[in-house]
Amino acid sequence: MTAPQQQKLKITGPVVVTANRLGDGAVVYLDVQGGWTTSLAAAAVTTKVDEARALLMQGLADDINAVGAYIAPVLRSPDGVLTPGNLREQIRLHGPTVALPGAAGM
Amino acid sequence: MYLYDDLDRALLDDRVAEFRDQVARRISGELTEDEFKPLRLMNGVYLQLHAYMLRVCIPYGTLSSPQLRMLAHVARRYDRGYGHFTTRQNIQFNWIKLDELPDAIADLGKVGVHGMQTSGNCVRNITTDQWAGAAPDEIEDPRIFAEILRQHLTMHPEFSFLPRKFKIALTASAHDRAAIRVHDIGLRMHRNGAGETGFEVVVGGGLGRTPYVGKTINPFLHKRDLLSYVEAILRVYNQFGRRDNIYKARIKILVHELGAEAFGKEVEAEWRQIKDGPLALDAATIADIASRFSYPDYARLADDPTELSQARQTDKRFDTWLGNSVANHKQPGYAIVTLSLKPEGAPPGDATADQMDAIADLADKYSFGEIRVGHEQNLVLPHVAQHDLPALWRALDALGVATPNVGLVSDIIACPGLDYCSLANTRSIPVAQELTRRFRDLSLARDLGRLHINISGCINACGHHHVGHIGLLGVEKNGEEYFQVSIGGRADEKAGLGTLLGPAVPYAEVADVVEDIVAAYLELRERPDEIFLHTVERVGVEPFKERVYATR
Amino acid sequence: MPLVKSGHIVEDRFVRVLDDEPVPDTGSVLVPATRFLADHAEFAHREAPTGVIWPNDRPVAELVPHLDQLALVALVFPTFKDGRAYSQARLLRERHAFRGELRATGDVLRDQFLYLVRSGFDSFEAKKTADAEAFAQVVARYSVFYQPTGDGRLSARRRRLSDAEPGREKSAREVAQ
Ligand code: SF4
Repeated sequence: MTAPQQQKLKITGPVVVTANRLGDGAVVYLDVQGGWTTSLAAAAVTTKVDEARALLMQGLADDINAVGAYIAPVLRSPDGVLTPGNLREQIRLHGPTVALPGAAGM
Repeated sequence: MYLYDDLDRALLDDRVAEFRDQVARRISGELTEDEFKPLRLMNGVYLQLHAYMLRVCIPYGTLSSPQLRMLAHVARRYDRGYGHFTTRQNIQFNWIKLDELPDAIADLGKVGVHGMQTSGNCVRNITTDQWAGAAPDEIEDPRIFAEILRQHLTMHPEFSFLPRKFKIALTASAHDRAAIRVHDIGLRMHRNGAGETGFEVVVGGGLGRTPYVGKTINPFLHKRDLLSYVEAILRVYNQFGRRDNIYKARIKILVHELGAEAFGKEVEAEWRQIKDGPLALDAATIADIASRFSYPDYARLADDPTELSQARQTDKRFDTWLGNSVANHKQPGYAIVTLSLKPEGAPPGDATADQMDAIADLADKYSFGEIRVGHEQNLVLPHVAQHDLPALWRALDALGVATPNVGLVSDIIACPGLDYCSLANTRSIPVAQELTRRFRDLSLARDLGRLHINISGCINACGHHHVGHIGLLGVEKNGEEYFQVSIGGRADEKAGLGTLLGPAVPYAEVADVVEDIVAAYLELRERPDEIFLHTVERVGVEPFKERVYATR
Repeated sequence: MPLVKSGHIVEDRFVRVLDDEPVPDTGSVLVPATRFLADHAEFAHREAPTGVIWPNDRPVAELVPHLDQLALVALVFPTFKDGRAYSQARLLRERHAFRGELRATGDVLRDQFLYLVRSGFDSFEAKKTADAEAFAQVVARYSVFYQPTGDGRLSARRRRLSDAEPGREKSAREVAQ
């Protein structure tokens, strides 16, 4: 397998770097300060391959706060609001598309 | 029930302590994620889309009521109040935090439950018939041999880093409810001409990317030789199984590449060297393990008590449920009751903590404190007195686990899919939910008869789609969810893989396609009691293909 | 890479000699399998002990004619996920009665130690010093073993059966200690 840092990057639109938080697995995004945030709005966004690679390296270098960093597509509306770029990322951010059983679903 | 002794408990306590230490070393940064991942996996901890997932082992699908209550407690205390029963007779919690995992695992350990070897390239939970010990057509209780295997293969020093995961299933009944022919090793207990009991040994079955029905390499293995033979298979596999390509690493590929006969010879040669060693199972060992199982102290009862026939006459719903969800027990006056975890519109196999607690109470009251988990993702109360059935039914109905759809079209087997699983291409649960709505009419479902729909969200085939009468496999096409549809698969003693109908269909059309297939079946069947599978076997897939693709 | 033997970090008295290097006149040497097999007669004439590095994809049965001559067999874990050498170790110890030093090399981490010991290894080239230092503590973590292997630990099955018939075998506790 190719290590993520060696993978060829193909970027067709805005992207962010995302991972899961070590302690609880929560979905997090790399922010512009180099920390992790659970808010997609606060994520560092880029459309450039070099910047994306740099962000990814930064995310991967942190093995203690977040796990499994990778580049994920986002959509940016005309007024600048970020939303996940595909169904998988939507589900990661908003949870399952089905009602959760019992009390958890309320 | 197998009762843990001090030795079993000591090992589990040590494992809990070890895992606590491993988590602490990870959180402190002493272990990297690369180093920690295999360790957490060996304890059943995955990282999924939203959170960590803990898979808890339910050895051969048998649970005691205190164990089920503890699963409810873990769901409530560490998760979001529910759990998901899987096709491997395990349960998964979807929202566990790594910080809290050592405590959750310690709580489970108190009742002898754990997540050991529910992941990783080791021998996984040994599965068997969920009716074991209760089924009328059973030769011996297969759980005794499942337990012997479980112990031998727990933390086995030689086989904890196999080329790939390894699944073993056993059955001791003529009708295979454990799908043994689609496992890495399948063991079918039967009697030889001399009246001795032993096992037919099947290897190299499995689903996933390259599905195979297993091949018999030994038609009759004496039970004395069970451990040494399994050890020989694993030793051959450990040395010669492929490690260069994860998709070719399962034993089925080795068996296929060598040929079953050559593989069997390798095993035989290895086995001859060890069969008379310390792994030979003497009668004392088998008796010792058997003596650690507690069995219900049945009352002397007659079949078909008056309470039952009265209730059947007065309550149509009860009668329907009885006809669908209740099976014969080997003990007169008792019955095996299946609890459907497939009510209309619900995620298949999910149960809430409250349901688990209530079912544990009902098990205490009506089933000698025993609960089973079946690979169809339903629960079972294995030993219910027939005269208790009306009262039990009312309680189950109130809990929402008495939908009389067991084995019918809406009893759908589905993996978690993209709603939870990080490997998924597509969602599975919403498809299952939609299908249960389309087939909500239970009299139609009964008229259709036995019909198994299986759904997997990716090629890993956790939903066993290859062996569904109708199998749905989620694939991705240009970022969209699509499904490949196959028909005619089966997982029982005549196991076979389904045939692909044609091009994948879009997510939004899957339920329509299944309805078309079912409509075609209704037109094609010769008699009302010719089940779907038999119609497919008789007429082939072409008529179904035409129906599905004519207008698409 | 610290070497652990008998529970302690020790100095490695074997010198690795690669395929094309000259063999020193004196001292213990550890040589690759191909070289050993090619020149085993020469190695037999040396005074000092010889060890062989045996790859995990070659049957250990090939070594059987030479086991008397070998003071050390080093088996290899290219990654800790590749568990072939566990089988090789058990075969060497339990089937071929190899009594020399059996060394685990390669990607050897703390959480494998117990499995290695149980498979018959008695020396360990640990990848991390911290792991090597924790060796004794790590292998003492478990007191119950379900399966019999050549390491002599009593399996749970034997302990149960001997508890049932106490006269027949030493009590489990005595042997475990
Ligand atoms: S089949 Fe695929 S999507 Fe479904 S649970 Fe298994 S790995 Fe996940």
